[in-house]
Amino acid sequence: MTNINDMTEFALILLSTILVNNFVLVKFLGLCPFMGVSRKLETAIGMGMATAFVLTLSSVCSYLVNEYLLIPFGLEYLRTIMFILVIAVVVQFTEMVVHKTSPVLYNVLGIFLPLITTNCAVLGVALLNVQEQHGFLQSAFYGFGASVGFTLVLVLFAAMRERLEVADVPVIFKGNAIALITAGIMSLAFMGFAGLIKL
Amino acid sequence: MITALIILAILAGVFGLILGYSAIRFKVEGDPIVDQIDALLPQTQCGQCTYPGCRPYATAIANGEAPINQCPPGGETTILQLADLLGVEPLELNPENGEEAITTVAVIDEENCIGCTLCIQACPVDAILGAAKQMHTIIADECTGCDLCLPPCPVDCIEMVPIKTETTNWKWSLPDSTHTAPKA
Repeated sequence: MTNINDMTEFALILLSTILVNNFVLVKFLGLCPFMGVSRKLETAIGMGMATAFVLTLSSVCSYLVNEYLLIPFGLEYLRTIMFILVIAVVVQFTEMVVHKTSPVLYNVLGIFLPLITTNCAVLGVALLNVQEQHGFLQSAFYGFGASVGFTLVLVLFAAMRERLEVADVPVIFKGNAIALITAGIMSLAFMGFAGLIKL
Repeated sequence: MITALIILAILAGVFGLILGYSAIRFKVEGDPIVDQIDALLPQTQCGQCTYPGCRPYATAIANGEAPINQCPPGGETTILQLADLLGVEPLELNPENGEEAITTVAVIDEENCIGCTLCIQACPVDAILGAAKQMHTIIADECTGCDLCLPPCPVDCIEMVPIKTETTNWKWSLPDSTHTAPKA
């Protein structure tokens, strides 16, 4: 099934979602966890891992729902509400399974899992998958790549914010103000990847 | 329109069933280790461990914030059980938290009680019955013998009485740790 062409395509999807079309810094999706849980490196890593899991799973589930329920019955206009439903279920299910199977992981991810329901990047990925007419595996890779990109940026940003905490920042820029400025500069830097790949 | 409603309802129903099933299938009973520690503690809620009650102390032990030797009412028995459960070395009871005492129960000298309700407010287990300007009394079955009602009493009418051993509450005495078995 998979030949060289497919492989390159998947690699391109990953590279595109992680760096070129990064969901946080280029598409500006999922900004609230980006600002909210980037104060400490550990929480950022936890949130990134939880998001990676949910994003991949929910983009696959959304694809299945879209392909086998919405299109055959001509209900494309119900996409948003259906995808929200799917995401909420996936998040809830993941939380239960993680709680049961791995208490250690649950301690790390626990409080972040419910937060992901409201992460617009998750819904964004599901909707973009439909828009770009991705297949099953493409959707999975797109979701996974998006979450890796999200995690990467979140962790980088958290590391910067930890240093900003102790930096000599003018009083009016302290806290979220300097964080937003930093995020803007990071976004500019990531814009430099644009044009690397055309998908 | 009808199709949309039916599809949405069916999908929501299926998801509901999946979640309902997994809620039963993946049920987790609280934090098991905290419950196990809490079960070993004497439930006097006396606060001598410096925590507001037995469960907070159990949580602190589970999180590794507190040593296991801060419970005077439980004494050596509890420390040994905790050490066994948690797989750590048993410690001597921390003298800062108090000494291990024999089980007692508070008794109010009802002649002298002025009905000030101060001891009711101090009791952590609601074992004192009474109202303002009315004589108070202690529900002996509920009293944990924690001594917390003694300091607030303005007329010193509360006394700690050792529990009388009866057939209902008699237990084998604990084996003496200094005593070794005779060599055959």
